[in-house]
Amino acid sequence: MNPNAKIPSCEPETGQPHLGSHGKPISTQLDFLLRMLTQPKAIIGLVILGIFILTALFAPLIAPNDPNKYVGLPHQPPSSTHWLGTTGQGQDVFTQLVWGSRISLLIGFSVGILSTILGLMIGMVAGYIPGVVDGVLNMFTNVFLLIPGLPLLITLASFLPQGMLTVMLVLTFTGWAWPARVFRSQVLCLREKDFVSASVVSGEGVPRIVFSEILPNMLSLVMSSLFGAVIYTIGADAGLAFLGFENVNIVSWGTMLYWASNSSALLQEAWWTFVPPGLCIALVSFATTMLIYSMDEVTNPRLRSEKEITRVLRKYHLGSKRSTPVVNEPLAR
Amino acid sequence: MNPSPVSPLLNIHDLRVVYLTTRGPVKAVDGVSFAIQPGEVVGLAGESGSGKSTIAHAILRILHPPALITGGQALFGNRDIMKMDDAELGQFRWSNISIVFQSAMNSLNPVMKIRDQLLDVMLQHGLSKADANKRALDLFKLVGIDPQRLNTYPHQLSGGMRQRAVIAIALALNPPLLIMDEPTTALDVVVQKDILQQIAVLREKMGFSILFITHDLSLLVEFSTHIAIMYAGEIVEQAPARELFSNPLHPYTLGLMNSFPSISGEKHKLTGIPGSPPDLVMPPSGCRFHPRCPKVMPICSETTPVTKSISPGHLVACHLY
Repeated sequence: MNPNAKIPSCEPETGQPHLGSHGKPISTQLDFLLRMLTQPKAIIGLVILGIFILTALFAPLIAPNDPNKYVGLPHQPPSSTHWLGTTGQGQDVFTQLVWGSRISLLIGFSVGILSTILGLMIGMVAGYIPGVVDGVLNMFTNVFLLIPGLPLLITLASFLPQGMLTVMLVLTFTGWAWPARVFRSQVLCLREKDFVSASVVSGEGVPRIVFSEILPNMLSLVMSSLFGAVIYTIGADAGLAFLGFENVNIVSWGTMLYWASNSSALLQEAWWTFVPPGLCIALVSFATTMLIYSMDEVTNPRLRSEKEITRVLRKYHLGSKRSTPVVNEPLAR
Repeated sequence: MNPSPVSPLLNIHDLRVVYLTTRGPVKAVDGVSFAIQPGEVVGLAGESGSGKSTIAHAILRILHPPALITGGQALFGNRDIMKMDDAELGQFRWSNISIVFQSAMNSLNPVMKIRDQLLDVMLQHGLSKADANKRALDLFKLVGIDPQRLNTYPHQLSGGMRQRAVIAIALALNPPLLIMDEPTTALDVVVQKDILQQIAVLREKMGFSILFITHDLSLLVEFSTHIAIMYAGEIVEQAPARELFSNPLHPYTLGLMNSFPSISGEKHKLTGIPGSPPDLVMPPSGCRFHPRCPKVMPICSETTPVTKSISPGHLVACHLY
């Protein structure tokens, strides 16, 4: 409707044009991807995450054995037959790690996406329609924000039948409130913009205004929120599994930690049973965080130039100052 | 720069400012020199993006990252502003040079009463509360607002009153130099005229100098004593106001002059300047104006013109002269 709509100031300045149904979304998205690929942080994040995703996809090729199969003596240190040693039950740690990435990543990403979508629906509708709708939805959001997350997770997980679906539902159920709150406040700010008024005047319906006009303007926020939810979910999933509230016969990084703790790996000094899954969780979170940072830098050009000026200031030993710094020589390109 | 018996109030010499971008440094101000004599009104004119405001902000060292001053001097008396540290600048600004920003709405804090915002600057610079309050009343009378309005919030004032309030704040410490960065751009013409007249009266009374930045050359006709024309980060021509209007030399100045109608004098068609300002990451070779210049010569794209003095105080950077 309003293709020249300015990027609103309450949005953390997207350096790219309106990504909506107008214009050329494909080329701008491609441009966005290309700019991501020039970021060292993005490359680190994508490479690490890519390795894990490929590992999960090709698990049967990388580790052809059944991860639950007893293959040797318990708590054997890493050797040429068992690259990462064996668990307290005599299973191959490497095979478990590879197969475990499937469950952990699947839960992490699907719940991340689900809770972001749920938060998006509730937050955007609440933000756009004031009055009773906002009141009720916002009250629900606040209630979910106030309930301590972990006890609720544990309570739900122990009452519902055990299984992956339960875990996913429980994590989505407890994870949507924070994104909803963030999206609501962003919509509250964006709905005051002239381009929204213009859409109202031109007769567009509420769903179209909310999802085609407003949503594209907060895409970078949605993306970083999504990745944040993935990190939270992988952590929360591992926590639930470690405490034994998941089906511990399914191999995931969380249940590996559960079994390691169960067979007193710490006392046995069998570090190879708990360091690899812990490290994998940390690496995935690290890679995802790197992606969030680089997305911020691509969508907010000011962050990039600030980095540039920090580099120049360091070169001339100026430190950061409140006044405009003076460098008495021309800068080389 | 200007041959004059009195020493200049502010002497800018070879000022350079860049903005760092991922495409390379943007040379927003590239070797600008001019001087402001006591009591003078210097007009700095040029189109959007020519670096006028950057100069104003660079003089006070209030440009935000990614801006970087890469050379030059700004001598105020015998002190170089470019060599001051944060603490010195804190005392120097406002008591010696103050600034009126383009949008009064954005330079006033919406949740503070005007009085508190006026007192702020005076208390910071060591006035007692009683003195400051008294001065606030005087200032408001001076700029022509009912002093009772001191107790209102910015949104309760009209655009013109807000701009007057901002001018009052700028004059709070009686600075010898006032920088006005397009102070009337956001106002309608009637209010614009009122405010300019008010500024002229105040200047007579208080004797400060003004660096007046505008894209509207016609504003400077009656208001300024000296005019500098900027293009793409450089001053292409500067002269006493009368001289510039009666004898504009640089093709860009001529183009600007032909972009607005004169009230007196014969009718002629407005021509404007074709093309658009250059990309300052890779500015054109030689004279930066040559791609748009109607009198372009082969030499223009090869060598950068040096600034020549045509008559006392009239400087121009063009191969034609």
